Amino acid sequence: MTLHMLPYLLAFLLLVVGLYALVAKRNVIKIIVGLLVMDYAVNLLLVLVGYRSSGQGAPMAPILTPDLTPADIAAHAVDPLPQALILTSIVIGLSVTALVVAIAIRLYDRYGTFDTGRMRNLRG
Amino acid sequence: MENLLPLFVAIPLAGGFLMPVLGRLFGPGRASAVLPILMVAGVLVLAVRLVLLPDAQTPPYWMGAWDFPLGISLVADGLSKFVILLVALISLLVLIFSIDYMTHYTNPGLFYGLFMLLLAGMNGVVLAGDLFNLFVFLEVAGIASYALVAFGTEADELEAAFKYLVLGSIASAFVLVAVAIVYNVTGHLNLAKVAEALRAGGGLTVPVYLAAAFLLMGFALKAALVPFHAWLPDAHPSAPAPISAMLSGLLIKACGVYVLCRLVFSVFAGPEAFGIILVVLGTLSMVLGALLAVGQADLKRLLAYSSISQVGYVVLAIGTGVVALAWAPAHPVLLPVAGLALFGGLFHMANHAVFKSLLFLCSGSVEQATGTRRLAELGGLGRRMPVTAWSLRAGALAISGVPPFGGFWSKLIIIIVLVQMAVGGHWAFYLPAGLAVAVAVVTLVYYLKVQRDVLGGEPSEATARAREVPFAMCLASVVLAVLCLASALLVLPSVRERLVDPAVAVLKAAVPLPPASDAEPSTVALDAAGRIP
Repeated sequence: MTLHMLPYLLAFLLLVVGLYALVAKRNVIKIIVGLLVMDYAVNLLLVLVGYRSSGQGAPMAPILTPDLTPADIAAHAVDPLPQALILTSIVIGLSVTALVVAIAIRLYDRYGTFDTGRMRNLRG
Repeated sequence: MENLLPLFVAIPLAGGFLMPVLGRLFGPGRASAVLPILMVAGVLVLAVRLVLLPDAQTPPYWMGAWDFPLGISLVADGLSKFVILLVALISLLVLIFSIDYMTHYTNPGLFYGLFMLLLAGMNGVVLAGDLFNLFVFLEVAGIASYALVAFGTEADELEAAFKYLVLGSIASAFVLVAVAIVYNVTGHLNLAKVAEALRAGGGLTVPVYLAAAFLLMGFALKAALVPFHAWLPDAHPSAPAPISAMLSGLLIKACGVYVLCRLVFSVFAGPEAFGIILVVLGTLSMVLGALLAVGQADLKRLLAYSSISQVGYVVLAIGTGVVALAWAPAHPVLLPVAGLALFGGLFHMANHAVFKSLLFLCSGSVEQATGTRRLAELGGLGRRMPVTAWSLRAGALAISGVPPFGGFWSKLIIIIVLVQMAVGGHWAFYLPAGLAVAVAVVTLVYYLKVQRDVLGGEPSEATARAREVPFAMCLASVVLAVLCLASALLVLPSVRERLVDPAVAVLKAAVPLPPASDAEPSTVALDAAGRIP
């Protein structure tokens, strides 16, 4: 296990933290926060997958400027595809969050509480 | 020729955006159902055309005409065509049912908008040619279904939607983790390219197994296999009846079982371990779903547990197919068994889509006529609502596997396959075989209970003034009831060759067989080549 594996492991750790919040917390808002943490952990993992050091200090952004050839980009820049994926994934995450918050507000209207322990109309 | 494939996503997607706007113009009446019905009828016509066209004339569609490494593709092969047709057919009937059912909700325009979005998501999942867009369409279908479960905005519905949303998001996150790992290992997202890269890369390494585990967990959650089933018995009954029918009849198949098939076969080339996992998960779901269904007091909850059980049958059959294919090089006799197992699984999937949507629609009719869905408060509807009663009987008999309904043949095939595996020397398969028979009996028992409680006996307080539901709801139920019978025709070779065999061929062809054993593999190659004209 070398040091360059560390960021991946930390991303997984973050994923587990989010999952823990989803499983163990009983407050609706904390569950939503857990959902967000999990979402961002996955996005982080995706961006790490695309990482590549440019060989000269900071990683290079995949932007084609006049003084660069496409070959330079291919050789040195980070992989742009995961970044495109993350943009999509963030948009999806946003809409899910909007929906879950709307549901949480309605839940509060019905039950007068955010405690899932007191929302037990349905049996598992 | 124009490429049909993008229309399967584009038409419902356009509906998804138009309906919330047009719904305001049409108001709460029946008028807002017209456009969605026309659209889905159009999709059904296209689906029939797609099934009739040979594969050579339905090339993959590259979005924006960007070619291979850059573009996003939609691909239709035998398996996706089969599922597309099923989805379009059931959606149309469910929409016809909704014309009258949705009149007692305040904003049918929003309902139809979400419905079309759900359809767009499912069609997209089935046609997606790469892993990431599969995830995107999965989320489109997912978000639409979370919102639809919460559509009534009562306490129960919100609670169920919240639970469903949280578990659904976990599933999606797992899928995305797997996408990241697969991209890292293979450098591709296109399903065919990933499969190629995995084969070239010497098969399954540790990271690939990790990705596969995440995918399996994610889609087992979506397919509600035990032990990932906790959300389904809350979510499916809480939605309006047409949506329960869509979720139980189609969503868990298009987003769960179909994708599992696609990944296990087309991407990972059907390794034995996955087959065994599917067999175990399928058996567990089959048994536990049925046992939990027996004790339910709520009609729709009972139907929801029964969905878990029936999807268990499907997954068990598919898993058996994987195992049989994986063992086929050593035991050539297993090759025809594998084909039969896959056929049985897909056949039962189609059957279950038909009869479970029928049963949920009937439960909607019963709920609308009586105002309750508690079995104890129902009774005597056999005479008060004859059309619904006969459709409910047809659905219940079909799902319990009574001949000559389609459900009988598919269960029979699954059980025969399991027994053949067991007799072929793989003793362990006696267990699922025995359980499959036992669960069929249990299923019959609880559906007899449903018929007795709902239809038989004297009218109760709630049912005394029940009247038959309006025409459109009856029509949808009757057509589905007829389909329950008609699906038995799928066992006829001429029908089977058109509809199911191409799907089976796709799955079988995805698993590489060593050319060493001469006789059997060559017939498979012939099958695959001969049946895709």
